[in-house]
Amino acid sequence: MLVSNFRRKEAIPNHFILILFALLAVLPILVLFFNSIKPFSEFGLNPLGPPSEVRLQNFPDAWIAGEYTKIFFNSSKLVFGSVILCLAVSLLAGFSLAKLNPKGSTVIAIYLLVGISIPAQLYILPLFLLWKELSLLNTHIGLIIIYSALNAPFATFLIRSYMIRLPDELFDAAKLDGANTFQIFFRIALPLSWPVILTAGLIIGLAVWNEFLFALTFITDPNFKPMATILFSFQARFENNYALQSAAAIMMVAPIALLFMLFQRRFISGLTSGGLKE
Amino acid sequence: MNFLSNKSYIAWYFVIPVVFIHLFVIGIPSILSLALCLTDWSGLGKINYVGFENFIELFDDRYFKKAIFHNILWTIIFLTVPVCIALMCAYLLTGIKRGQMFYRLAFFFPYMLASVVNCQIWKYLFHPIHGLGGFFESIGIEALASSPFTTKDTSLYAAAFVDGWHFWGFLVVIYLTGMYQVDNHLYEAADIEGASKFQKFRYITLPMIRPIFIFSLMIIIIWSVPVFDYVYILTGGGPAYSSEVVANYLYTHAFVRFNVGYASAVGTLMFFYVIFIVGIFGLLRRLGWEI
Repeated sequence: MLVSNFRRKEAIPNHFILILFALLAVLPILVLFFNSIKPFSEFGLNPLGPPSEVRLQNFPDAWIAGEYTKIFFNSSKLVFGSVILCLAVSLLAGFSLAKLNPKGSTVIAIYLLVGISIPAQLYILPLFLLWKELSLLNTHIGLIIIYSALNAPFATFLIRSYMIRLPDELFDAAKLDGANTFQIFFRIALPLSWPVILTAGLIIGLAVWNEFLFALTFITDPNFKPMATILFSFQARFENNYALQSAAAIMMVAPIALLFMLFQRRFISGLTSGGLKE
Repeated sequence: MNFLSNKSYIAWYFVIPVVFIHLFVIGIPSILSLALCLTDWSGLGKINYVGFENFIELFDDRYFKKAIFHNILWTIIFLTVPVCIALMCAYLLTGIKRGQMFYRLAFFFPYMLASVVNCQIWKYLFHPIHGLGGFFESIGIEALASSPFTTKDTSLYAAAFVDGWHFWGFLVVIYLTGMYQVDNHLYEAADIEGASKFQKFRYITLPMIRPIFIFSLMIIIIWSVPVFDYVYILTGGGPAYSSEVVANYLYTHAFVRFNVGYASAVGTLMFFYVIFIVGIFGLLRRLGWEI
């Protein structure tokens, strides 16, 4: 801690400015929360403050109006499908790049790095036409494949940078005992890597849950839409019913808020690891 | 070194799935796009080679030029406002002991939320009758009487504001990581010399976090290219193209008008611009700039 950077009594102006910015970040979300438990009739008089009477009925109302049983299931399917598929391919690749050093591994690393920086707009249209050809439009598996590919480079690098620090002696010992490469991967590398698996899984899940552009483009059938694009059409459908809208938005935020409380450090370190070099 | 296996092809088995799925979804469609930009394809029927006609047309396209200008503005806004605020907040955070974690979580939380949710929040807050507009009216202040998203002069800045509001906490965390790596002795020495807070920031903190700082500028420049969600949801590029950005322009051509060739040409330009930026930063690193 940089205590000597400032003296204690000088910390008060710091707090003052920091609190202002913290309020700027948090108050808008708090208003959304207030609105989600506010009776519709109260919005005219009290647009920003806490409700005078808590109305939890907004949530079941929004749930039914938006057919959220189905939509929640759609989003969960996309999240779990993508997390599993993306983790599977990234763990294999991360392990190989960290411990097996295949010939030409730099070529793969460069390919994946370029892949991260390609703007989605370059390939989204040919991908759309390809998906149409393969009858993958309006299917969840189609979107799961896309999400896995989008997140795989990031997950691969995250896993690689973790596995590279696992001690080589463990792997050498297993090899002397006659284990083959696949056994070493499953019995040694995987069990030791659960922290990075958890971090990568959370980040992939978050990205998929929030994703908008590909969900908008590749799923047009309302029966298959995930939370993000349903919320978007919900905003247009119930344009002036802010109680219903806010309740729907809070339902999308709630799982993230809950996971963020449990795994703050993982989320923060995982999401910023892409911005920090090794 | 290949200590696990004498057969090097086994290492490749592990990499094939990721390469396959990435090529399938991103690699091959990207190459297709780079090829289709030289055609006038509409998604159906015959594909005619037209050379660089799409690009010639693009450079003559008033709306495309407008979109590019807006992307440049967007980049400049993001390179200044969130960066300055984040640098200040991160620096102030290093100077306090209590509440560190609270501030960090508060700043970072909006970054975790979906674009649709953030847009909904600010659409409501900037609503002329509800939200802040209604609030100001009730206390007799004439402000936000019309939504900044539907006003020509402000639509682009309003969309950028919402995106920046959700993004700047990310920068705080990145800068903070860098600032914690600064050797405490430097500050102690500066204290003995009687340096002010700002001098310490200018002559110790900023030079010491330069690699992370420069890197953050690079990702901001790159991430400002495909900006889509906030513009599409908040303004749709309007009113009257006043907030049109390149990605939204491409989206309209691709999925509303099905000008495959034209849209691919826009995508190709975006791609080469990004590669150019990455190349410049790579070159600077080679030239011995510590970034």
